[in-house]
Amino acid sequence: MQAELYTICAVILFALGLIAFLVRDGVFHKVLALNVMGIGIFMLFLSTSAFYPMAIDSVTHALVLTGIIVAVAGTALALNLAAQIKLEPLSKEQKSCDKSH
Amino acid sequence: MSIVCFLIKSTSVLKWLSIVAAIVQLLFAVFIIVFMVSQDGTTVSYVIGGWSAPLGISLSLNAFSSIMLVMLTTVSLAITWYSATYFKDEKEAKQFWPLSWLLNTALCGIFLSGDLFNLYVMLELMGLAGVSLIAISKSQNAIKAAYQYLVIGLFGSLLFLFGVALIYRSYGVLDMTILTDVVEGTLISQLALGFITVGLLLKTALYPLHFWLPDAHSSAPAPVSALLSALVLKGTFYILFSLWFSILTPATTFVGASIIGALGAMAIIWGSIKAFTTDRLKLLVAYSTIAQIGYLFLLFPLMYKYPTTTFGAAAYFIVAHACAKAAMFMAAGNIQKMSGHDEINRMSGIVAKLPISIFIFAIAGVSLMGLPPSGGFIAKWLIFNSALQSNQWWWIIFIVGGGLLSSSYLFRVLNLAFTAPKLDNETEVDPTAATGLSSAMILAVITIIIGLNAMWILNIIDLGLASATFKGGE
Repeated sequence: MQAELYTICAVILFALGLIAFLVRDGVFHKVLALNVMGIGIFMLFLSTSAFYPMAIDSVTHALVLTGIIVAVAGTALALNLAAQIKLEPLSKEQKSCDKSH
Repeated sequence: MSIVCFLIKSTSVLKWLSIVAAIVQLLFAVFIIVFMVSQDGTTVSYVIGGWSAPLGISLSLNAFSSIMLVMLTTVSLAITWYSATYFKDEKEAKQFWPLSWLLNTALCGIFLSGDLFNLYVMLELMGLAGVSLIAISKSQNAIKAAYQYLVIGLFGSLLFLFGVALIYRSYGVLDMTILTDVVEGTLISQLALGFITVGLLLKTALYPLHFWLPDAHSSAPAPVSALLSALVLKGTFYILFSLWFSILTPATTFVGASIIGALGAMAIIWGSIKAFTTDRLKLLVAYSTIAQIGYLFLLFPLMYKYPTTTFGAAAYFIVAHACAKAAMFMAAGNIQKMSGHDEINRMSGIVAKLPISIFIFAIAGVSLMGLPPSGGFIAKWLIFNSALQSNQWWWIIFIVGGGLLSSSYLFRVLNLAFTAPKLDNETEVDPTAATGLSSAMILAVITIIIGLNAMWILNIIDLGLASATFKGGE
């Protein structure tokens, strides 16, 4: 029962993130939606462990930890790139145009 | 290797170290393929850290992945050699080397991984390295393209991971060998395969999910475009292909395979038309990648019905395309660097100034068009053959049509290059910007060599087929 509940919640969370990613346009909305999707997936992994509440599943531990690290790295890179787009919208473009001509 | 590169400050040391390491890696890959042949193509697995499969992580190697490894190391050696002269700017070079080795590591990981979650990690690693490589040039275009590529890539790998999570939820294993035995054609595994497929199609840029590719590939520096186009796309395709046809086979359906095939056919047509109408050389090569990827996906319905020859065709096409496309991007990069632009309309008469670049471009183009005696010809011949043998003749229309279209867009460039320039749009060539094209030349020669010696690759694939059991195909 508990396992099913966790699974359903995880899928809902994933779906929310998916819809937000497809519908929203803003940079931060996209990145946030990706994170929500990721967390939904981690919940799905965790729900597997809820089948046997007494046993400690080290595999899911490792999977979710690794997944979180990858998600953080991805988010950091995305925000970094997004910040570079926002800060200097024209000056760099002009520079690169000048160089090529 | 990548870590070593981060630590070393001097770029010239980095350069030589990378070249030596790439040679060592190539030798190692050749050793692996010899080992593979001596094992008669059976799958070899290596357990990391002594923990066996359900708990630990394993590496596995089969005939297909050993061919991919040799291709990876050959092409990356050529690109390494080329980039050693391409990056004149100290700072860019310092950023390029560690990232390119990270990318290389991730690709090796993909080809060798024996575990689904590990595949995800390698996929992400490859994506992040690729994105940072695009952003190296720091121009606003490149950063925008990198951002788009990153978001799309993350989205694609999350869809992949969701599929993996569904599989783990229902079977409780992630190891591929174990999974092959337990997987069934239930609704949930079909759903999982669906998510994995969409995620990977997005990352492999199959029409209509290709929209991010032209920007990303054309705004990156030439060696990076070569890496991305020749190798990274092949990595994601390899995952998709092996999941469909050797691991999750019970969940596959002919309808699904046909849809992918139809998308592939559309990709051939659309990519070629876009390549014909674009006015930038690097964009042309990038659109041609979309078209060529279409051929690979055209193989899905054929593979489903008739795996024996189609498998060889897939491996062959991947190798031929990787060599040709890498050589082509390097030549295009050289043209761009030396003439300061890559507008096709201003390229008339360029052959007199850059004969070698145009020569390499032409040889690679011959392979992409599928003219004999290049590797591309054999690859297309094999696809043709399996289309006939599996009674799906309608795909042949797209194969032939795609060949014609690709020759039309490539000849458009070559034609201009050979015509005498008009005075007003003559191109200035800057000889100081010349880059080492010897490696691109070697790759171009390789595309011809594998065209003349098709048996090398096909024999290894046959070895692998003899030992592997294919569950697909009625």
